Amino acid sequence: MELYQSVMVALLCVNLALLAVTRLRTLTRITAVQGALLALVPLLSATPGAAGHMLPLSLAVLAIKGIGFPWLLARTLSRLEVNPVVEPYLGFNLSLLAGVSGLLFSLWLETRLPFPPGLFPPLLFPAALTTIFTGLTLVVARQKALTQVIGYLAAENGIFLLGTPLSGQGSVWLELSVLLDVFVAVFVMGIAIHHISKTFDSIDVGRFCTLRD
Amino acid sequence: MHAALHLLLALALAPLVPGIVNRVKARVGGRAGKPLLQTYFDLAKLVRKGVVISETASWVVWAGPIVSLAAVACGLLLLPGPGTPAPVAFGGDFLLLAYLLGLSRLALVLAALDTGSSFEGMGASREAVFSALAEPVLFLCFLSLCAGSGGLSLSTMLALPSPGPVTAERLFVPVILFVLLLVENCRIPVDDPNTHLELTMIHEVMVLDHSGPDLAAVVYGAALKLWIFCALTALTLTPASGLSPLAAWGVFGGLMLVVAVAVGLVESAMARLRLLRVPRLLGWAGALVALSLVLSVWR
Repeated sequence: MELYQSVMVALLCVNLALLAVTRLRTLTRITAVQGALLALVPLLSATPGAAGHMLPLSLAVLAIKGIGFPWLLARTLSRLEVNPVVEPYLGFNLSLLAGVSGLLFSLWLETRLPFPPGLFPPLLFPAALTTIFTGLTLVVARQKALTQVIGYLAAENGIFLLGTPLSGQGSVWLELSVLLDVFVAVFVMGIAIHHISKTFDSIDVGRFCTLRD
Repeated sequence: MHAALHLLLALALAPLVPGIVNRVKARVGGRAGKPLLQTYFDLAKLVRKGVVISETASWVVWAGPIVSLAAVACGLLLLPGPGTPAPVAFGGDFLLLAYLLGLSRLALVLAALDTGSSFEGMGASREAVFSALAEPVLFLCFLSLCAGSGGLSLSTMLALPSPGPVTAERLFVPVILFVLLLVENCRIPVDDPNTHLELTMIHEVMVLDHSGPDLAAVVYGAALKLWIFCALTALTLTPASGLSPLAAWGVFGGLMLVVAVAVGLVESAMARLRLLRVPRLLGWAGALVALSLVLSVWR
């Protein structure tokens, strides 16, 4: 349980790091760390008998979220030749404050929601909800399309985290299908960003407001 | 007895800490470096010299270093030893420590402004800004320690029980205290204590007009302040129970050495941050310690 709690605290730190970093390349690396930590969660939260059952899911998460997506993002980044600095609408310190506020709200919400006792291990619900908030903050508070893809991924990671205790014996296939959906979504987004960049010379979404026919 | 021992050790050994830091920097840079006791030699030399004060300055210039040194020395009274309470300990004494450090800084800032030099005013302004940003983080650190230990005194909050697991968030506090050590003592990456470039200096520029025993008070006060922050960092990692007093002192001494060497290594490996990026570093530190506090309270 100690290791499990440490992973949760590490996930919370990763969320703050996602909001604080200024370089796109570092952002993709932190996404990889988040994916790798996420892969540990099903293994650590499984009952002793079900650990073998959770292993394929953990490996799939590691392969897709820990290695696949970050590699795809890094490849897109290197092909785009964009400015490697994250350009924020909301400043980095304010983003961090938003992250901490999200954590406080999640901790408060956990005490208010009528969960069945023992459903969520300690810290899992706040960590999951904070990850979703972090993702949403990244989507709305950053200028580049690439950071918004990373925000979308972070939000999806939070949803996956929320679903972990609910995944019983038969729901592994459901999780795998969700992973596949996300993979397709990110793949499409990667292509879309590439096309936006080729057509408009920029992936700054703020400039879309000034588009003319 | 042990509490008085810590006080005497701090007063006697504090100038050794900058010596160790400088020695580590020199060794990493491939130089022989100054002697370990260089700060003692500097202090002895400065005490023997006369004082030159500008005609435009008032009594604040010579009072500043004395008040600053006295405030830091009083702060030492609140600092516990490893496993032993401080000579002066009461509920909420961490507030007094923070404000004594603040008073020490205020005295130096006023003395710098009183010289009438715009150059020193610039340094004072930078020092005031960064310390204003660092102070909430220091308070959050203390509050996090309070929440973890259940005590409101430095002597109880710095007593880490050795049996039982150390929670992940508790480990943030020494890291943040180390960052605060670098900020409050004007070390790299926040300020370069060896530079004399007007664009980059923060602390050193404030004391350019001081000389003789006044400068000695400033240098000795800075060494005591460095000792306080090193000791705070080391004490959060020193197990208070389960060790004999001698072993606890040994562990504490070893950790003090580790912290001093770590400061030297950071100064050797990192470049100075741009002034505008220092608030971001402190924001990051504040967010991490807020996370630690929130998790400590919610557990």
